[in-house]
Amino acid sequence: MTNTAIENVPKKKRPKKRLVDRLGTAFLYTILIVQTIIVLVPVIWIIGSSMNPGNSLYGSTLIPKNPTFAHYIELFTMTDFPRWYMNTLKIATLTMIFSVIFITMTAYVMSRFRFKGRKQGLMLMLILQMFPTILSMTALYVLLWQMNLLNSHWGLVLIYVGGGIPYNTWLVKGYFDGIPRSLDEAGRIDGASNFTIFRRIILPLAKPIITFVALTSFTSPWMDFLLPRLLIRSAENKTLAVGLYEWVTGQQNTRFTLFAAGAILVGIPIILLFAYLQKNIVEGLSSGASKG
Amino acid sequence: MKQGKKSALLSALFMGLGQLYNKDFVKGILFAAFEVFLLIFSIPYFKKAMWGLITLGERPLYYKNGIAMGDHSIILLIQGLIALLLLCIIALVYYINIKDAKGVGEATEAGLKPKGFKELVRYIWDKYFHFVMLTPAILSLIFITLLPILVTVSIAFTNYSGPNHLPPAKIVDWVGLENFKNLAGLDMWNTTFLGVAKWTLIWAALATGTNYFAGLFLALLVNANKIKFKKLWRGIFIIPYAIPGFLSLLVMRLMFSGPGAVNGFITSLGFEKISWLSDPLLAKTVIILVNLWLGAPYFMVLMSGVLTNISKSLYEAADIDGASAWQKFRKITLPMVLFSTAPYMILSFAFNLNNFNNIYILTDGNPVNAAFKYAGHTDILITWIFKMTYDQYKYHMASVITLIIFLIVASISAFAFSRTKSFNEEDMIQ
Repeated sequence: MTNTAIENVPKKKRPKKRLVDRLGTAFLYTILIVQTIIVLVPVIWIIGSSMNPGNSLYGSTLIPKNPTFAHYIELFTMTDFPRWYMNTLKIATLTMIFSVIFITMTAYVMSRFRFKGRKQGLMLMLILQMFPTILSMTALYVLLWQMNLLNSHWGLVLIYVGGGIPYNTWLVKGYFDGIPRSLDEAGRIDGASNFTIFRRIILPLAKPIITFVALTSFTSPWMDFLLPRLLIRSAENKTLAVGLYEWVTGQQNTRFTLFAAGAILVGIPIILLFAYLQKNIVEGLSSGASKG
Repeated sequence: MKQGKKSALLSALFMGLGQLYNKDFVKGILFAAFEVFLLIFSIPYFKKAMWGLITLGERPLYYKNGIAMGDHSIILLIQGLIALLLLCIIALVYYINIKDAKGVGEATEAGLKPKGFKELVRYIWDKYFHFVMLTPAILSLIFITLLPILVTVSIAFTNYSGPNHLPPAKIVDWVGLENFKNLAGLDMWNTTFLGVAKWTLIWAALATGTNYFAGLFLALLVNANKIKFKKLWRGIFIIPYAIPGFLSLLVMRLMFSGPGAVNGFITSLGFEKISWLSDPLLAKTVIILVNLWLGAPYFMVLMSGVLTNISKSLYEAADIDGASAWQKFRKITLPMVLFSTAPYMILSFAFNLNNFNNIYILTDGNPVNAAFKYAGHTDILITWIFKMTYDQYKYHMASVITLIIFLIVASISAFAFSRTKSFNEEDMIQ
């Protein structure tokens, strides 16, 4: 809204309009603050809980009466938490690296080449991925078993990377489609091969979407617990999600405050990553939508 | 007979023969070696796999000298399907071998020489670059995405379930369409299926609708001209999206539990505790609200991107014509947003139909519904399936329902995607 409308109004009416304007703005800010409270209350509660003495949910108030960092210390000294953290970090990093490699490769081909069955392939990739995977666990278990990858982090990485290819390829391909073909052609005139064009022209221009894919493929293994619960058998290979989940559900319901501390340590880095890479997330999510 | 045809026939007889006939030694030797390898090493493997697939085993678990032996029906099924997929790949290679022989035969007749090794490699890298690059995706699609689907579909045609058909102690059999008939015919399955399906649809519609419009509302709010520190607000509001979903859900579950924070707040105001998750209607409301907390940020981010992309000149033109804020919203903003994000709304609907985490982690599908078989009031189809498998061991029915869900979700998604810009106008985007 420009200011020209206001400037042309005779002086007598201006103060009144300003007041209405101000009230409107105040109202908007109030809603923003309310929303902020709604968003932050669970977060604050969990932070508070993690600093509550004692083990259980009972008696945990929003702001702890005797805050203590004992649980955080306990996490690192008396549980397998650090190992789970390193395991999950390793899996997440490997997933991120290989996801980016394979997804960009596939998306480049889908975007730049035309061949029989390409469109159907795209549609197929997407549709197949919608199949509820609840019952797929057994199949994946046997598959990995035949490949000798049970109880191995690589097995998990394989499935995460493979599982992420369809949807992310569609996303990245959409972005690549927006990079003008003329750049490809210029490169080809200069004698560049397909791979060189891919590496030197397309990839650098696609940094936002690649960041998005790297971010999502890095963060999703942290939250998955069905697959690791099935495929990882030994305590030393356990991942965070499974460990934390077991602390709160099932018989071991008493380690709630420990869980809270662990949750904070997992959630905070991810939140920071998301906040820092905000712009890429916006671009990534809306890259499939109209470009105006 | 022309050379092309002759070499095609030779290659059909034995891989590589046609190529050798064409003096295409590199490919000839490679193909032939491949077939020899297959014949020597893989025939027993394929024989056993196919037997396993067709019979699903004959003798269940028994012990011989303390060692466990016997047929595990489901493992046989899966191994059989893996072998079937491998056979398809081998058939593809065979077909390529024949086509290649024919092509080279014809080219040789026209006077061209077959390629040497280096030339061949360079040729493949250039002309078939797309295929080479797609190989990891194709392989992963076949084995990580397609295989589990085939397994689930197959199980729908067996009687794999407790207590009588659980491997390794018992054998599973093929039963054809019996499960489908039961689902449609038997009352106890019928009512549960329809009841759960009804709530699933209501849930998906409400979850998607609330998130969509709440996200839009937030995006408009943050985007309004008068608001400062846009990045800060967006950063805060994105937090629910950033926190790992199952963590937030567990936290919410605890917050709404008997001794949780919500009740703590209510009692501190002097009211009675409310059992949020034990009453069917309350539980459903809580689920929708929690889902709103979790999911609105996604749409907020999406809409923010779209909103900033709407050309300012449209608004300026409207201003000149004297449009009110409401008119501008209804005639410019809303249509633009709906047009760009409709596919996402449809996708989100499809996603929520199958949203296991948001329901199960929050309520386990409870409170229990006595009229339903194995399902609670807040169960949606996918959580019901999960319970049927993990708790009740009715894998066969679970597979049938999974198949039905998939057909519905797939049609919705296929429809949505075929309408997106990315799909239709990709060659026009430059």
